Amino acid sequence: MRLIWLVPALPLLGSTALLLLGKRLRPVAGGLASATVGASFVISVMVLLDLLGLEGEDRLYVHQLWDWLAAGSLRVPIELRVDTLSMVMALTVTGVGFLIHVYAMDYMHGDPRYTRFFAYLNLFVFFMLTLVLANNFVLLYLGWEGVGLCSYLLIAFWFERKSAADAGKKAFIVTRIGDTGMLIGILLLFGAVGTLDFDGAFALAGSLPEGTATAIALLLFAGAVGKSAQLPLSNWLPDAMEGPTPVSALIHAATMVTAGVYLVVRAHPIFEASPVALDVVAIVGTVTAVYAATAALGQDDLKRVLAYSTISQLGFMFLAAGVGAYGVAIFHLVSHAFFKALLFLGAGSVMHAMDGEIDVRRLGGLRREMPVTAWTFVIGALALAGLPPLAGFFSKDQVLASAYEGGRIGLWITALVAAGFTAFYIARATLLTFFGEPRHARQPHESPVLMTAPLMALAALSIGGGLLGLSATSGVIARFLGEGFHGAEHAAASDLSELTLGLIATGLSATMLAFGWYVYGSGKVDWTVLREQAGGLHTALARGWFLDDAYSTVVVVPGKALTASLSRAVDQGVIDRSMVGIGHAFAGLARVGRRLQTGFVRSYALLFLLGAVSLLLYLSARFR
Amino acid sequence: MRTPIAYYLILSGILFAIGTVGVLVRKNALIIFMSVELQLNAVNLTLVAFSRQLGDLNGQVLAFFSMVVAAAEVVVGLAIIVSIFRQRRSVNVDDVSVLRG
Repeated sequence: MRLIWLVPALPLLGSTALLLLGKRLRPVAGGLASATVGASFVISVMVLLDLLGLEGEDRLYVHQLWDWLAAGSLRVPIELRVDTLSMVMALTVTGVGFLIHVYAMDYMHGDPRYTRFFAYLNLFVFFMLTLVLANNFVLLYLGWEGVGLCSYLLIAFWFERKSAADAGKKAFIVTRIGDTGMLIGILLLFGAVGTLDFDGAFALAGSLPEGTATAIALLLFAGAVGKSAQLPLSNWLPDAMEGPTPVSALIHAATMVTAGVYLVVRAHPIFEASPVALDVVAIVGTVTAVYAATAALGQDDLKRVLAYSTISQLGFMFLAAGVGAYGVAIFHLVSHAFFKALLFLGAGSVMHAMDGEIDVRRLGGLRREMPVTAWTFVIGALALAGLPPLAGFFSKDQVLASAYEGGRIGLWITALVAAGFTAFYIARATLLTFFGEPRHARQPHESPVLMTAPLMALAALSIGGGLLGLSATSGVIARFLGEGFHGAEHAAASDLSELTLGLIATGLSATMLAFGWYVYGSGKVDWTVLREQAGGLHTALARGWFLDDAYSTVVVVPGKALTASLSRAVDQGVIDRSMVGIGHAFAGLARVGRRLQTGFVRSYALLFLLGAVSLLLYLSARFR
Repeated sequence: MRTPIAYYLILSGILFAIGTVGVLVRKNALIIFMSVELQLNAVNLTLVAFSRQLGDLNGQVLAFFSMVVAAAEVVVGLAIIVSIFRQRRSVNVDDVSVLRG
């Protein structure tokens, strides 16, 4: 376990080397970056095996590196925390990250900034590992901001395109809103308990006054909302699809956006001290799940479908966390990382074959030319829809079941609706892309093996990942995470058994899949006509229920007007003028003072003499 | 019989005054320079006179110091005057009233 420091250190090393020696390492950049992440994964597995050698409460190891900050009673050490939760996250990040790195070696091949891409990607993995391995809130916050930075750099990676540069900026600014709340929350927490160490803070969390606990929990949750693209800060994620597809898969599906869920689960003692905060988490998650699942229906860009799908699935995770089923939330996080990374990489493979074309209206019939991509995509889609025995079935089912068993019937029904839409939109996206007749004139080709191999690996994980958590209480993940992560669930007696709940959810998903096939796959319905008829509704869905437009009207336009008037009245009127005024004042003073400087040596000598004489006179008078 | 110190001081004062007036009224840089030397030596005379009066050799040592420094200063000053002369064909200090070559 002493090797844990290598897990974040290796990607950092890779990133530094690539940034400093960029050009020279170009031929091996992708291999080097993949190797560091792969090595991190191997070390994580070794650490995991060590950790499994310990029992129950002993499953915690804190690796101290050095003291970072020490001021007064605040002490912030750089400490890596090895416990069950952090290891699940570290394995997901390095494992899925490794596959995506390998995929990107081919996907990004020939890009003029190939080395820089891998430098950023490695840097991202470093910050993400810092985030999940941190043992205090400050280090976590460092990782948190670091992944935000890398997200910005990678979304705007093709910054020559204005839309990409704008999307990067948008992602950074929107998440910053949440991050600011989170920082305030951390500071409040320090004020309330006097320590930012996880164990220390959580031990005292239960004794916090409820108001304080609510405030801290909600502010922390604000950070999670921004990072995980939940309502109302969800609008940056669909735009983030401007980045290269491996970035979308790694950052905006599998890892970074799940940091919010991790935060809530990690800080659950604080959330549990405030029932209000937990309710807010569950409700925000559920509403977002429905919102994004419906919006995904209206997207024509395959990657934007997946982006809304990610938002929706993150909502499911927050629902689970909000009803106290933390283990289930993490289980869904892991299985979602598998199948959503798979879906994104599949979409990337399509783009690769179709010269960047990603609009489902101009795809179709690709399964013939790209069988591997098509069938792995179908596996990912079915996992997302939640068909047994794929990973998504177990995890989503448990999310729904824990909502029901937590006595939240309203949330359960809403989430069921979202799950139904999920099946429908992914059926639509899959069928329009890979089935039916081609609606394009290109000659697509299957992607090279470096791209299909990760697809197959992720497909295998999407199929087998369910084994990690066959049941909410006795699954591998649940048992591994330990008692603390599923304490509050099963509190209320349930009238429906887990089997019945599963049947309801699966039946709904299957029905909606079939319905999706009827509309988009059977050829019996002309979906283009359907879209015309739905007119207004389709526009609303396509524009994400006008969230961006609402921000534009409420915040952006008045904000621009305000800054314009401020810039005129205050900046130019007051600040500029006072600066210019000070300059003028000194210029005037100089005009007067300049007269003294005649340049004539003898007048200086005279002044000198007069000065000396008057000084002598003064001294002789003073010391008489 | 020793000469009263007042005589030395009066002579020194006269020399210093002559030097001061010379610095102030003359325009020729060389004359100004000589006047400055006169002032320096007036002060040297005072130092030596007091040194003798008080029986303390420090004053005489200081006089030597000021002579050495004055010699060094003459070297630098003359060099400046010569280069100004080469530049402008004149050693009138009033001609040199701006800091431009």
